[in-house]
Amino acid sequence: MGSAGHLVILPIILPLVAGAVLLLIDERRRALKASLSIIATVLVALTAFALLNIADLGSGGGAITSAYLLGNWPPPFSIVLVLDRLSALMLVLTALLALASLVFSLARWDRAGPHFHTLFQLLLMGLNGAFLTGDLFNLFVFFEVLLAASYGLMLHGSGAVRVKAGLHYIAINLVASFLFLIGIALVFNVTGTLNLADMAVKIPAVEPEDRALLHAGGAILGIAFLIKAGMWPLSFWLPNAYAAAAAPVAAIFAILSKVGVYVLLRLSLLLFGTEAGVSAGFGTNWLVTGGIATIIFGTVGVLASQAMGRLASYSVLVSTGTLLAVIGLADIEATSGALFYMVSSTLALSAFFLLVELVERSQDPVADVLAVTMEAYGQRFEDDDEKDDDVKEVGVAIPATLAVLGISFAACGLLIAGLPPLSGFIAKFILLSAVLGRGDMGGVTDVSTTSWIIITLLIISGLAAMISIVRAGIRTFWAPIEGVVPRVTVTEILPVGFLLALCLGMTIFGERVMRYTEAASISLHRPSGYIRDVLSTPPVPSSTGGGYVP
Amino acid sequence: MDLILAIGIGALVGSGVWLILRPRTYQVIIGLSLIAYGVNLFIFSIGRLRMNAAPVLAEGPINPADYADPTPQALVLTAIVIGFATTALFLVVLLVARGLTGSDHVDGRESN
Repeated sequence: MGSAGHLVILPIILPLVAGAVLLLIDERRRALKASLSIIATVLVALTAFALLNIADLGSGGGAITSAYLLGNWPPPFSIVLVLDRLSALMLVLTALLALASLVFSLARWDRAGPHFHTLFQLLLMGLNGAFLTGDLFNLFVFFEVLLAASYGLMLHGSGAVRVKAGLHYIAINLVASFLFLIGIALVFNVTGTLNLADMAVKIPAVEPEDRALLHAGGAILGIAFLIKAGMWPLSFWLPNAYAAAAAPVAAIFAILSKVGVYVLLRLSLLLFGTEAGVSAGFGTNWLVTGGIATIIFGTVGVLASQAMGRLASYSVLVSTGTLLAVIGLADIEATSGALFYMVSSTLALSAFFLLVELVERSQDPVADVLAVTMEAYGQRFEDDDEKDDDVKEVGVAIPATLAVLGISFAACGLLIAGLPPLSGFIAKFILLSAVLGRGDMGGVTDVSTTSWIIITLLIISGLAAMISIVRAGIRTFWAPIEGVVPRVTVTEILPVGFLLALCLGMTIFGERVMRYTEAASISLHRPSGYIRDVLSTPPVPSSTGGGYVP
Repeated sequence: MDLILAIGIGALVGSGVWLILRPRTYQVIIGLSLIAYGVNLFIFSIGRLRMNAAPVLAEGPINPADYADPTPQALVLTAIVIGFATTALFLVVLLVARGLTGSDHVDGRESN
């Protein structure tokens, strides 16, 4: 294994070291902390792109799935990090979102409380670890790392609303973690292994009397991830928490709910995929049904939201619901579309969360809740502006701020609703064509009915998003009660533009992205390649006979 | 032995679930701790329960079936540490919420 082989562990090590170093630096040395944090994140992003390249084209050995044996124990005994197309894609997405929200936070949010950068780096470490690990218990550990960091970030900036939402968020996630542990214990009891690839080998051979226990374990694990992904009826915590979080935190949280979706996609196709014998297709009906319910719940929430923060949070639910419903179909085309949609919608939602804070900056938070009767609060605007002026602005104030904000807002609206010409449309289009073109394969008996429901909901949810976003846009940009121009600095609008430019890039280079998601989807649906590559990875021979020599 | 452990885990988790559904934050954190104990015992029991058996491998030929699986014991250590840390963090948030809202209700205000 050359130095390229060690690239796989860099996305975990780099943020860990950066987070630890940042902890030692005094809070007053802001510039140093900020630049260290940015450098670490840029390095992680570069590594992620290098890994994406390796995962797509294969390293020297030609294996597309490459495993990294921690401690150099032979598989399946060692804890492995596994890099394949899906995990590389998630790493890149995480790094891009992290860059955008980190730059955004430098304008003011990183000063709202202590240790923002440390928590942020640890969150990155947890996310990257969760995407890379090929071991069920290790997944739990990385989940806890990212959750612990997210608890801190959730409360960043403090205030009664955040603490209240944070209290619920932490309590619910702690319960979900206990369910995760119970699920791991049950699955381990039946299969006798924690290595995901090894587990996939053992599952078809499970004795009939143990199969109920295995399915119970799988279902409990699934519930734990569905709580994190936010499937209805396990999602009531999500809108409150995301709407209460600080803008850059909410922007990176946009990928947090996708971690749950990622794990479900990975586990359902690897452990209960077509090669799982009797257990094949276990739980897919639940995913479809739950996904449909989540889309409905999210759509109603989007329509009912007056505050833009809540609108964005409910859009997260619609996005999650769409992904769950489509993943549940367990169809290669549909999964490929789901991956494209996941990238596009996560980028768009992240940009939207950032944008909402900029747009709402000039508004009274009370007015958001009672937006319909906003006139009654006109008097309080001026008080708030004076307070805002006290906050020291960094950089230059952009002229024609409203125009830039308005255009970005419209672009976000198009992306979330899935209208042309941006990548949201391509994503929806792939999904629709995949769901329509589905033959009568798969475990679902009433194929056409399910497909029609999903198609209808995809279109209705897009319409609902458009209605709500247009309504919010008109109220903010065209019919403001007072002509207050929010003060926005370059460092704040740049990340929004960056994320939207990525979506534009996904539109222009749509074919290449689609080719990648298609390849990722195919290898996900044929887990034998993944299993073979992971289990056949040899330990690095040691040249001295004792210990590992790089 | 199995029955006692099963009843113990059931009682811990059952009371824990009841407590986390209560309105006071203190009840919630005690409930979470009880569930954590129940879950940790559960993971521990996955490695098989044996009475009057050697805790470590003896000399001579070894029959692995005579010993409990050590992996869950390693897992439970990690789970205990993580559960302890997150519960401690929750305790801090609970105190902050009490300070900010002046109420120990989970919603920050009484629901009457």
